[in-house]
Amino acid sequence: MGDEGTLATVLLAMFAGAIRVSTPFLFVSLGECLTEKAGRINLGLEGTLVFGAMTGYALSLHTGSPWLGVLAAGLVGCVFGAIHGYLCKLPKVNDIAIGIALMLFGTGAAFFFGKPYIQPQAARLPSIPLGGWSDNPAVQQALEINPLFIIGFFLAVAMWWAFRNTRWGLVVRTTGDSTPAAVALGIDVDRVRLLATTVGGFFAGVGGSFLSLSYPGSWSEGLSSGQGLMAVALVIFARWNPLACFGAAILFGAAGALGPALQSVGISEGYHFFNAAPYILTLAILVVAVSPKRALRGAPSELSITK
Amino acid sequence: MTDFKLNRRAFLKTAAAGAAGAGALGLPTMASAAGLTIGIVYVGPRDDFGWNQAHAEAAKVLKGVPDVTVVEEENVPETVAVAKSMESMINLDDAKMIFATSFGYYKPFVLDLAGKYGDVQFRHAAPLWTDEDPKNAGSYFGYLDQAHYVDGVAAGLSTTSNRLGFVAAKPIGTVLRNINSFLLGAKKVNPDAEVQVIFTGEWSLPVREAEATNALVNANCDVITCHVDSPKVVIETAEARGVKTCGHNASQAPLAPKGFITGAEYKWSTIYTQYAADLAAGKTLPNFIGAGFDKDFVQNTPYGAGASAEAIAAADAARAEVKAGKPIFTGPILKQDGSVLVGAGASLDNYDPMLDRTDFLIEGVIGSIT
Repeated sequence: MGDEGTLATVLLAMFAGAIRVSTPFLFVSLGECLTEKAGRINLGLEGTLVFGAMTGYALSLHTGSPWLGVLAAGLVGCVFGAIHGYLCKLPKVNDIAIGIALMLFGTGAAFFFGKPYIQPQAARLPSIPLGGWSDNPAVQQALEINPLFIIGFFLAVAMWWAFRNTRWGLVVRTTGDSTPAAVALGIDVDRVRLLATTVGGFFAGVGGSFLSLSYPGSWSEGLSSGQGLMAVALVIFARWNPLACFGAAILFGAAGALGPALQSVGISEGYHFFNAAPYILTLAILVVAVSPKRALRGAPSELSITK
Repeated sequence: MTDFKLNRRAFLKTAAAGAAGAGALGLPTMASAAGLTIGIVYVGPRDDFGWNQAHAEAAKVLKGVPDVTVVEEENVPETVAVAKSMESMINLDDAKMIFATSFGYYKPFVLDLAGKYGDVQFRHAAPLWTDEDPKNAGSYFGYLDQAHYVDGVAAGLSTTSNRLGFVAAKPIGTVLRNINSFLLGAKKVNPDAEVQVIFTGEWSLPVREAEATNALVNANCDVITCHVDSPKVVIETAEARGVKTCGHNASQAPLAPKGFITGAEYKWSTIYTQYAADLAAGKTLPNFIGAGFDKDFVQNTPYGAGASAEAIAAADAARAEVKAGKPIFTGPILKQDGSVLVGAGASLDNYDPMLDRTDFLIEGVIGSIT
């Protein structure tokens, strides 16, 4: 294998990894983006993701329909989001503390209910093969695209458009940027935040179902390895812009594929370093992006961390 | 509050033991009591299609032994949490024997508690016990590399690209030894075979295991095996890519109805029931036991649809040879750096202590430890 071939293999693997691994990041970060745009932080999405993964797998197993699993995962995500949204609207409740509590609760409850589902094999989401034009099996595999990835992409575009161009988008943004202004406009601030958190939970639950129903495609207790938490960081990195969330999710997926891809072409010294690529990338980008002279650009000003 | 209680209990126990003048080995008395309670600690879920399941299946066998009660705790991390779990099994459940089944439990947690509770027997599932360690601690181990060697024989006859893929968790001795033996098995029947290894860096990391499997298949490997705690994801991903697989730890045959060849499995039940019988008979337990096919400590998964008749015959023959004591490491074998491990005409015994300290990969394995 020549140098060119090696480089092509690694780039192809990163491209494929970006598509395969990014979907949970994408859905959770879109959910978090919506929640934060309305002025709340939901750190519990990691728990929602794990619980969604378990529920999706269980439903797919019992009904034989993976899409019902995705829907059920979204609905339990709604429940988690609604609990967060409701509790945070009570006076003097800290949304970060509630989020951490819900994260632990969601993970623990998923492990508890998920026991019987570690062994059986549930029906998985079908992929759309878009690589038929190529003779290369690696390319064909890379272009086995899951419908959820495509849905996630259009969701990101739709959210980006809606935040700018619709009345609902304006209401959410106003609520997130200034409670007094929103109240003056006659907006029911608590209700907007409750709904935003609930819908955000739906997205996170769907993201979880991708993990258990598509890639890697089975339920186990080590399934998440922190994707939900990293997605929350992605939102900050993406400056609360849904389109940037999509880009950030892709970037993280590609960085995660770097370690195994390099080892497969024989560059295996220092694999721990390459495996840590997504985290190094986050740090590097945050260091480059911050400035002591201004606040975080794009941050909703009602967020408890920026207030 | 809880801490205080435990400390007081610990104090009373120590005082009582001191007054009785009992030494470190208080075994015969416990056997005469109303039965034996054995505590088992797992690092992951008991039904993970892998390492923990292999132990849990043995625990089930152990539960069938009369007068033995088994208490179990799963998902116990390799931190001070395991010390707390073991201590509560000793203090609250009156366990007289503890099986600590994960590598990282041994130092310092098992060693510390063995010093503290002299009348409890601790056994740990990795060949780590040495003469300096407490006498009521010990190790038991199945030499799974023998089963991986047999896997390798079957895999070597199943590949058309002569490239075998190995998804490995961490570059520790037992993992490296399995990789080396797998290659030696493949080379025995197919001198052109090579093994490409990818380390994920963690015992259980499903997304990266799937990525590693895909990367190996893209790199033209057509038989995949692994050494991770829960091989389910690796086997399923490989099956979906249409390549053949060899399992690890427990039976993954149902996960790959088309491509499963065979797998390397532990048979901990042999060890566990033997311990229970020895305790009931009032015998002193050995501090270290380890064996392979010869004492029925390891086994191969029944052949799946991916195994050809030729592969089955060769694998069966190889297993019979190893069982009879024929060495796996028969020279000439070079290490990756080109230095000689075993000279031409020489061989290493299958239980050579040097192999317990494997910190190298042999020539023919593509991949780096660091």
